[in-house]
Parts: sequence; structure tokens; C-alpha cells
Amino acid sequence: MMPKITAKNLTNDELFYGHKACGGCGESLAVRLAMKILGERTFASLPAGCMSAVSFIYPNMAFKTNAIITPFASTGAVAAGVAAGLKALGIENTYSVGFAGDGGTADIGLQALSGAIDRGDQIIYFCNDNEAYMNTGIQKSGLTPYGTRTTTSPAGENLPGSVTTKKNMFEIVAAHDIAYAATASVGYLEDYMMKVEKAKSVKGTSYIHILAPCPTGWGTPSEITISLAKEAVDCGLWYLAEYENGEFKLNKDPKAFTPVADYVKKQGRFKHLTETDIEHLETQRDKKWLKMRRDWNK
Amino acid sequence: MARKFISGNDAVAEGVRLARPHVISAYPITPQTIVVERLSDFCEDGSLKAIYMHVESEHSALAAAMGVSSVGARAFTATSSQGLLYMAENLPYASGARMPIVMMNANRALATPWNIYGDQMDSMFLLNAGWIQVYVEDAQEALDMMIQSYKIAEDPRVMTPFMVNLDGFVLTHTYEVVDVPEQELVDAYLPPLKLAENMMSLEAPKSLCITAGNNFNMEFKIKQNEEMNASTAIIAEVDASFAEVFGRKYHGLLEAIACDDAEVILITTGSVAGTSRMIIEEYRNKGHKVGLIKLRYLRPFPTEALAKVLKDAKAVGVVDKNISFGYEGTIFTNVNSAILQSGLTPKVHNFICGLGGRDVTKENIREMFDALLSSAAGDSCEKIHYMNVRCAL
Amino acid sequence: MNKPKMKSFTEPKTVTDYPLGATCPSDHITSINAGWRTYRPVIDQEKCVLCMRCFLVCPDGVIDKSSDRLEIDYDFCKGCGVCAYECKPKAIKMVKEAEFNG
Repeated sequence: MMPKITAKNLTNDELFYGHKACGGCGESLAVRLAMKILGERTFASLPAGCMSAVSFIYPNMAFKTNAIITPFASTGAVAAGVAAGLKALGIENTYSVGFAGDGGTADIGLQALSGAIDRGDQIIYFCNDNEAYMNTGIQKSGLTPYGTRTTTSPAGENLPGSVTTKKNMFEIVAAHDIAYAATASVGYLEDYMMKVEKAKSVKGTSYIHILAPCPTGWGTPSEITISLAKEAVDCGLWYLAEYENGEFKLNKDPKAFTPVADYVKKQGRFKHLTETDIEHLETQRDKKWLKMRRDWNK
Repeated sequence: MARKFISGNDAVAEGVRLARPHVISAYPITPQTIVVERLSDFCEDGSLKAIYMHVESEHSALAAAMGVSSVGARAFTATSSQGLLYMAENLPYASGARMPIVMMNANRALATPWNIYGDQMDSMFLLNAGWIQVYVEDAQEALDMMIQSYKIAEDPRVMTPFMVNLDGFVLTHTYEVVDVPEQELVDAYLPPLKLAENMMSLEAPKSLCITAGNNFNMEFKIKQNEEMNASTAIIAEVDASFAEVFGRKYHGLLEAIACDDAEVILITTGSVAGTSRMIIEEYRNKGHKVGLIKLRYLRPFPTEALAKVLKDAKAVGVVDKNISFGYEGTIFTNVNSAILQSGLTPKVHNFICGLGGRDVTKENIREMFDALLSSAAGDSCEKIHYMNVRCAL
Repeated sequence: MNKPKMKSFTEPKTVTDYPLGATCPSDHITSINAGWRTYRPVIDQEKCVLCMRCFLVCPDGVIDKSSDRLEIDYDFCKGCGVCAYECKPKAIKMVKEAEFNG
């Protein structure tokens, strides 16, 4: 058994520090904790996006380890190239990891990610999902949920914001028969850290998809980031799961969901939703959970 | 040394094998395909100890090569045409990061109309990408440039990615007898890549491909330009040291043929230079004072070397296998700028030919020289000539 | 306190002195974030039970647990309030920054 990582035994050393992310940024917390668990021999690849924009501004560098900004579409390819280069040079006991956002993963970076998984490249890929293109100012991505107001999916008399649902990245990745995949939330940090720790010893490609609220883009007070990410799981709009040895597994199966209305009403991006819209979200949720409970191990 | 009867693409693969890259990341595209097929064979049979990455696109081919280069390993990729343009975003990325990646490009037309045959529209499109660009004339030069390119690109004074261009089919698929140097000789000439200050390492962790805002960005770019301009000296230096070891030289940035007393000079690149050599001899025998320049490097552009050769020419012709739509051939524009900067006043003419694999025949070269001779004699002559066109203009 | 330290940065004097490529050493913090704060988290050491929840959830990693009591690196705290919100024994108070500058 792996030792459980907790706040108490987690290292005090910060490998991602002094960045310029907004206060209360969930994504920066996901990167910070992952880097702590991965350690100093980590090579981080980050595409264009919030995390690269806030941590590589000459001469202010926030990563303590080696890190590289990649072209937007190229997280998977650059991280795979780094892994191949290190292997060819015989530099061992290192981690080549990618930290991309939702757009960088599910939209523009999907092809390169697919290529890396197909090759079984020795990388750990993180999708830090804040459900829209936040760095460019809150535009709709393939992981923006139904009913989200963004600057390119406005909510008005004719549309409820985004009319598409979140692309099912976790199962898309699993369909490659990836060595290890997991979903996570910054509301359940021990679970997330366990998954990062697990990915360290996986042979082949790992993918961790973590829901990370963005106070700026979600229209929420900065202090509720963690509790909101927990509520996303508790109300059933997000889920904690793993794919390993060809099997899906639900890590958390709430007996009863907290009300979706409570979750969405805390957020500016959902302020316009009607009761019908919320019912639609609940119907989608229930369909998803029916399948997960039926088909996946618990 | 072995002598082999092989195609231009095979020669590239042989050259790459001798240069011992750590990782090859490439995506197949006609007419480059044979290069990646051969390299896969070499990786399989163990004659090249490299990791072959089956990337899912050209964009990822170069992105992966950047990852490889970022940790100080030697990277190779190859592409052509649509593939080159698909990876276009990554070209200035790699050059801004000063990664010494080598890429073979099989010069091919751009869609649309679709066409798989040779012209130089693709690489001209990327002249501004910050890569060194060389154009080779035959299979031997293709092989030799695979070795020279790493030597130049990895020089601490250069540290710039390098594109080796071969005319699609005319060079990539033509079989010639090629000398393949001994591995030991190449190993001694081209030592393993040294870790440079722009590469990641566990000893001195780096942040790469960083942001430099409006307060610092310009200085980064000026440095890149100054050092790329200065690479002209290293290109000449490497060509000389290569000649000492391997017995073949390519005259650095450009080769001037029969230019000393020439009144008219034709400027060519790649395979057209080969065709033109024969016509030079023919016209010289007839008493015409004609000369030929084989322009090898388009970036860095050999302004000074060109001015030196052109100084007494009355008429200068530039062969372009490309068009910059709404203007003229791209090499013509570059040559004109060099001529103007050098205070020369020859008559200048642009010969646009060979688009989409259209033959550039000996007769076409004769027509070019005839036009230049008549222009030098004072006749009025069109600025832009389209050669070997099948209908009325 | 054991947190990454600021690095001194001397601006390159000539173009030649600029880095090769778009490169910079890592672990190279040259500016602080203290000016971002409207509110400052203050730990009541009496109430603190050292559960380390605040250390875990801080997006900026500014809470230090290297000594026998938790300390905050105010150079890099942005005052987001996550620590105070998540603190079960309510040992962290968000105090208006103006009260410290007066």
C-alpha cells in the first residue's frame, strides 16, 4: 500500500511559488500540490494558458524545477519529446509532466495527447479543468458545461449560455486503453494527491483530470474555491473515478446528491439559469450516474 | 568509405544515421516519405541507436523535437509542403528558443490546386521563421549537409535550427552514386551535442520558452538576429573544416561559377543550379560572358558575398520556383535588396519556373541567358518571365 | 520560515548579455505579490490546532509549517481568504490591510 499523503506529511518545500495567478485560483493549487508530490526531478511542460502566463514572465520564474512553455496544441508532444530526450541521454528517475487547461486538453491539444497515449509515452498529463478559456477572458471550451455564461456563449433571451455539455475527456482518454487515468477535484485534495502519487509509478501514460474552480471566470468569491470544488462532486455534476488495468472505478458514490441549485446559484456564470435549466442539468447528471453505477466498479 | 547508388532521400537518411540523432520524430508526407521509412529501418536493425517517435502530425513532429532538444538531446525531423506549413507555428518557436534541431524539407508545391511535385513555395513561406535554410543540388550534397547542418546548428555561436531543402522528386527520388563516409570519421568530426545554457538540466534547472513582454521582448529578438547574421562566418568555417576531413567542399553561402568576367549572371538554387552548369559551359564555348551563382543559403542571406560576385555584372537573372502573390519571386526580392544595399545597378530579371513540378529544361536555361544577354546589350526586356508555360500569357 | 527566496536580478547591459534563447534560470522570483492584498490572513496561534488544512489548501503555498507554529509569507500572500474559509477552528481572521499600514 502507498502511504497516504496528507497535509501533515506533505513536504513544506514549494516548487511552484511566487506566480501571478489570481487570488484563490484552483488551477494553481492543483499545480502546486502535484509539483510537491512529483519533486525536484520533474520536467514540466505547460502550453499557452493561465499557468504558463503567470509563471514565466521574464525575469520572474515561479517553477523551481525545469519547466517549458509549449505551443498551445503541443503539451502531449513536447512532454513526450522531453521524456524521449531524457531516456536517450540516460537521465533516470525523472518525471515528464504536462499541465494543460481544459481548452488546451479537450480542444486544441487533444490530438497531441491522443498521440502520446497511443505511443504509451512515459508522461503524466494533467488537465486542469476550469471549464472555459480563462486566460483569454472566459470563452467557451469543449469542457464548458451546459448553461454556462461565457464571453462567447452569452446568456440572453435566446440562449441559456453554452448549449453543449462537457466533452467526456476521462472516457475519451480511457478509450485509448491508457495505463492510468483519473478524475479529481481540488475539493477532495487527499484523493487528488493519492492519484498523483499513483501516477508516479505507472508504466506508460497517465492522465489526471482535475476540476479546479476559477473565481474570476466563475464569478465567485476567491475564498470558496475549495468548498465549491467539493460541492461540484457532492451535487453529482463532477465525479471522482479511476481507470486502471482496463477497468473503471468510482472512488466516491454519494448516497444522496446535494441540490444542483445550491451549487449553481453561488456562481455568477450560472446566475441566469431558470428552474428548467437546472432540471436539465439534473437530468443529464442522473443519466450519467445511472451508467457509471451500472457499468463501473465501486 | 562506401559508394552507394541511392536516391536523394536515401542519402538524407544515410547522412542522418551518420549524425546519430537521439530521437527522430516525423510524420510521412510525399515526397519525404522514403527518408522516414529508411530511418525506421535503421532504428529497427540497430544501425541507428535512436528512439523513433510515431507522432500523429507534423505539428507534433516538431513539438516533440523541441522537447528532445530542450534537454540537450539531438533531434531530427523531416517534412514537406502542407506538413511544413502545418508545423509552421513551431518553427519560430524553436528558433526563438535557439534549439539546434535539424529538419529535412522536400520542397513541394502548396495546395490549392493540390500537387505533390516539386517547387519551393513551402520553404519560402517560412523564410522569416528564424531557421537557417540551405538548398542542396544533389544527393551527395544532401548527405554531406546532414553532417554539416548539425555541426553548424550546434555551434555555441549559432544554436539555431537548420532546414535542409531538397527539390521534391527531382532530387529526393533521383538515384545517384554517393560516397558514404566512415562512421568513425563522422564521429570525430561531429561530437555529441553539449548541454548549452538554453537547455534544461537537473544540475541547473531552467525555465524555457518564457514570456518577455514589451519591456524586454525586442532585445531577445535583436540578439537572435545579430547571432544569425554572424552565423555566416561559421557556415564558411564548417564548410572548410568539412572539406579537410571529407574532401568535398560546397563554397559556404554560395558558389560562383564562371563569374569573374561575367557580364550576365544567373542566380539559381537547388537542382536548377545543376542543370545550369551545363549551359554555362555551352555558352562560354560560344564566347558569351555568362556566369552562374548557386545560392546555397537563403537564411542567413549572403548579401556581402553576393555583392562581391555581382559587382561587374550588367544583367542579373534570378530563378524562382515560387511566387509571392501580388509581387514577384521571393528570391528576386531578396537579391534586389542586396543589390540596392551594395550600390550596384545591373538590370534585374526574374525567371519564375518549375511550379508544381513543371520541368525546368536546359532550353529554359538557354532562354534565360538569351534574355539576360539581350538585356545587357541594352534591349528592353520584361522584368518577370514565366518559363515553360503551356498557353499564351 | 522556509519559503523560496527572492533573487536579485541585474538587467542585461548589452544585447549580447541577454539569455541564449527564451530562457531563464528556474527558482528565480524577482517580484513580490504583497501589494495584491485587500485583506490579510492573521493566525490566532491560541486557536490553531496545527491540522495543516490551511497549508494544504493555499493556492500560493505561502503558509509555512517548518517550525512548531504556522507562519504566513506575507510577501507572496494575495489575501484570497481560502485559508480562513477552510479553517475549521476559525483560527484565521481576514483583517483589512489598511489596519496594518496606518
